[in-house]
Amino acid sequence: MQSLTEQVALVTGASRGIGRAIAESLVAQGAFVIGTATSEQGAAAIDEYLGDNGKGIALNVTDTEQLTDTIKGLEKEYGKIDILVNNAGITRDNLMMRMKDDEWEAVINTNLSAVFRVCKAVIRGMMKRRSGRIINISSVVGTTGNPGQVNYCAAKAGLVGFSKSLAKEVAARGITVNCVAPGFIDTDMTKALTDDQKQAIFANIPAERLGKPEEVAAAVSFLASPGAAYITGETIHVNGGMAMV
Amino acid sequence: MSTIEERVKKIIVEQLGVKEEEVKPEASFENDLGADSLDTVELVMALEEEFETEIPDEEAEKIKTVQAAIDYVSAHSDD
Repeated sequence: MQSLTEQVALVTGASRGIGRAIAESLVAQGAFVIGTATSEQGAAAIDEYLGDNGKGIALNVTDTEQLTDTIKGLEKEYGKIDILVNNAGITRDNLMMRMKDDEWEAVINTNLSAVFRVCKAVIRGMMKRRSGRIINISSVVGTTGNPGQVNYCAAKAGLVGFSKSLAKEVAARGITVNCVAPGFIDTDMTKALTDDQKQAIFANIPAERLGKPEEVAAAVSFLASPGAAYITGETIHVNGGMAMV
Repeated sequence: MSTIEERVKKIIVEQLGVKEEEVKPEASFENDLGADSLDTVELVMALEEEFETEIPDEEAEKIKTVQAAIDYVSAHSDD
């Protein structure tokens, strides 16, 4: 059954991996999806796989002015944005003692500050319509920590606190704000791992396998659906039992 | 054509769900008209739309009473 008919969704970082699976899942539920990528090439790729069910755009989420203008333009063109999925993210791994300021700042800016900016631009329309769904993609490591990723883990944990606070601010306006925290998911990022590395990771995953992007997308689609209207400030972990919180 | 004052009052009545006679010039949105901080943010958004203007955050913070809203719009509106 399609539950998101006539809804418009904005998914950041939608050109591949989890973002793409989320976009496709929302489309399967009947939504029109605007997917963002950092490059025109990425936008074209999104255009291609979404076809008539959506549109790919190039968007630099760290540029506030461009962002605000783009959101305004999208709302004009498509009438509204009902669902926002903040998925765009980067990694700049390094041991804390070796981490450069720019490695720290790039990750905090893209993975945390940009979410603040996109939410601010989109939530105005949601407030007026008295409805909206914001889903931020966090990570299991935001809860468990991970050596070599102080920047990434700080940003992903930050999203959880951000989402809870915003959820309290806008709950009375019919807007929910939640997180989905994936564990190890089979994407380009994890394809680079060797079999030995994978075996070591599986030792910590009761499900003994990587997750599929579609399994993360299913949680996002649920939170976007009418049935999840009373869930807000929550984090759904999708990690095969790797961390139970 | 309604005056700016009438239009501002109409928006306040609609946004805050209060009676027209309660919307006195000196009435404070939060203290007298039962608005919370989010209501006042929405009120400013509604004023921006009605009068096709953008109210900067530092100005919006000063709009705490009915009269302050009328004054701001009168000073910054073309119509």
